[in-house]
Amino acid sequence: MAILVDETTRVLVQGITGREGRARAALMREYGTRLIAGCTPGRGGATVDGVPVYDTVAEAVEAHGGFDASVVYVPAPLVKDAALESIAAGVRLTVLVGDRVPVWDVMAIARAARAAGVDFLGPNTLGVLSVGKGVLGMIGGRAESARAWFKPGTMGVASRSGGMTSSTGYYLSRAGVGLSTLVHVGGDSIIGLPMPEVVTRFQADPGTEAIALFGEIGGSQEERVAELLASGAVTKPVVAYIGGRAATSGVRFSHAGAIVEGGRGTHEGKVAALRAAGAVVVDTFDELPAAAAELVRS
Amino acid sequence: MARLPESQGKRILAAAGIAVPRGEVARTPAEAQAAAERLGGAAVVKGQAWTTSRAGQGLIRFVSTPAEAEAAATAILGLSVRNFPVTEVLVEERLAIASEHYAGIILDDRRGCPVALVSSRGGSGIEEIARAHPESVAELPFDVVEGLADHAARELWRRVGVRGQAQQRLAAAVVRLAEVARRVEARAAEVNPLVVTPEGMVVALDCRITVDDAAVFRHAELGIDVARELDHPPTRLERIAWEVERDDYRGTFYFLQMREQFARGDRVVAFHGAGGGGSMMAMDALQRQGFSVANFCDTSGNPPASKVYRAARILLSQPGVDAYFGSGSGVASQEQFHSARGLVKAFLEEPLAVPAVVRLGGNGEEKAIEILQGCAAELGVPVECYGKDTPVDACAARLAELLAGFGPSPVRARPPRPAPARPYTFKSPTGEITYDHAVCASCASKACVAACVPQILELSGDGLPVLKVTAEEAARGRCTECLACEVDCRAHGGGGGRVELPIAGLDDYRRSRGME
Repeated sequence: MAILVDETTRVLVQGITGREGRARAALMREYGTRLIAGCTPGRGGATVDGVPVYDTVAEAVEAHGGFDASVVYVPAPLVKDAALESIAAGVRLTVLVGDRVPVWDVMAIARAARAAGVDFLGPNTLGVLSVGKGVLGMIGGRAESARAWFKPGTMGVASRSGGMTSSTGYYLSRAGVGLSTLVHVGGDSIIGLPMPEVVTRFQADPGTEAIALFGEIGGSQEERVAELLASGAVTKPVVAYIGGRAATSGVRFSHAGAIVEGGRGTHEGKVAALRAAGAVVVDTFDELPAAAAELVRS
Repeated sequence: MARLPESQGKRILAAAGIAVPRGEVARTPAEAQAAAERLGGAAVVKGQAWTTSRAGQGLIRFVSTPAEAEAAATAILGLSVRNFPVTEVLVEERLAIASEHYAGIILDDRRGCPVALVSSRGGSGIEEIARAHPESVAELPFDVVEGLADHAARELWRRVGVRGQAQQRLAAAVVRLAEVARRVEARAAEVNPLVVTPEGMVVALDCRITVDDAAVFRHAELGIDVARELDHPPTRLERIAWEVERDDYRGTFYFLQMREQFARGDRVVAFHGAGGGGSMMAMDALQRQGFSVANFCDTSGNPPASKVYRAARILLSQPGVDAYFGSGSGVASQEQFHSARGLVKAFLEEPLAVPAVVRLGGNGEEKAIEILQGCAAELGVPVECYGKDTPVDACAARLAELLAGFGPSPVRARPPRPAPARPYTFKSPTGEITYDHAVCASCASKACVAACVPQILELSGDGLPVLKVTAEEAARGRCTECLACEVDCRAHGGGGGRVELPIAGLDDYRRSRGME
């Protein structure tokens, strides 16, 4: 079992004829993802490595039936329309890979997704990978790397950093801790599936027995995970590392969400909240694999 | 900068129908005096700095005469906030105040929508108000498309006990503030205090608007020159870095200075991260080894080698750093040899005079390590490169060891660059590639042709490297600035290839810091 993507997930790629879209579509297929179709306005009728391309998402749905997921590879200013198109076509999960999507656009996307009862991941996400089953986005970079780095198992990973999603997966696998699904929730402040939402799905997933988190300063995702643990809504063990102890407040550190504002979202606050709720929080990232291995054994 | 200066924010409020005091920006005491004269003598002089509780730091002074305004400006312009000097004051008319309030539009990451936040109390920071007087604060999420309704705004103020005409006028102000926030795509738009005068007028005495960095591209009207959220006005070096990033969409280069005043021996490190999370983790590791970082830097998202090169040159233009440390997540999806080539070019040109530890784990790391280690001998300073199986803490500890065993930096001139005898030149998207075919003629390896990542080179009939695409195609992006034609040529070939990648303003900056 896994969350968000597996070998049965029917996938569309929006922007499949672009440089990134084409390359990442190839990665997804090589890893075993069930890629059905692509969409690029004005390029309907073309094929990309044998995948049919449609002008609109609605047209792709007419031709192939509904999609479980759409991965969007379009430049940031165009993400809003692409996402609204996917949501309007009823795609259950829209993955917004694009970086630097304006936050007011994201709020409009969130509004539409709420109204339609569908999900979106990101923006600014490397995507999601269920080990040995499928990948949406670009976790691993190359299919052979993804296969070499991530071993199957029962630990779910959720991270606010793309690179650290891969790192966490790699170091856990190397320490003998196999993985169910790795989710990069996205680096922005307002995102479709934040950590508490992902953790809730891991809780419901029979294939996941424990959860590893890579958190960061800023926002309230880690604190909300702590609330879920404290309330008993999440009972699976959680191990976490929080980055940004050395960061200063009032400054945005690359990720739009990584900023301490008005004393909220501090490193200390997140660590304290998670520990108080029973999570294992390690002080250095290097300690994470051993702590995770301990959690799985116990 | 993505935080609008107070004066600019107030102009936007005024245009939206929210009253603000009359005032002028002054950069010198004399300008402040003249401004106070035009305002009739009595004035408030406000240091322009991005900090809360300015009054407590002596950044806000009330004066009764133009001479006092000059003295106040002299005092304020001599202050620093978080190690960055205050360079402007805002001189405004003094208003009589009947009551002070707070109004703000912020974005709620829990609910994914904008929220109007008001308080019947104003003046101090809203967090303190909310802690000390929670009953005086009310908030309301509102629809991103519909905006904030007038009735909802009135109810907000009623909930915090504001009645009568003030309730209506304050409601109108917060509705307009919500419109401003949406129009400029603010992450936050706050007025504190929002005052009611004895005549019943509602006036915004302060204004803090932070525009979403990612939306700056569609707001030319705001004149934002550095779309970065910092805790200080952008420094010269940050502006230089932003110019590198602004029009180059290939990958990301994020740079900000954490401190400017330091010297050799202070254990301050030029820090080159990759990816936001991995970079923060690496900074934390440096901190545990007793280092502090001069800057935060992140080159990621598969940037070309040219961008990594420029980033490294900018990092090494911070005089007084004791070492260079590079590390991202450790398991990067991007091909790491691009970064390695960028670093090698920068290190050799500089030339690097302090120890460096670089962790380039991820795809292509074996090749990346080989490329970077290749330049170590030539540099004469320790340069070590590691992959994903060496933890970041071990790398930081290694840097500490190298620094402990490192004497005074070797003083070496920048390597000479003889003019090419037979130049063959073409443009890349952001620079220029020149081969000296006189050198290439005697090169046995022709390593550049095989190493060129986009494969746009071939050997001519007489065995010289030339483009196999048109010069226009190369300039438009077929040349990806992988830098193999210089770095691999230097390592394995005759050294006839060279890439010129200008960085606007950097030479001037270095001269001003005594580095050239």
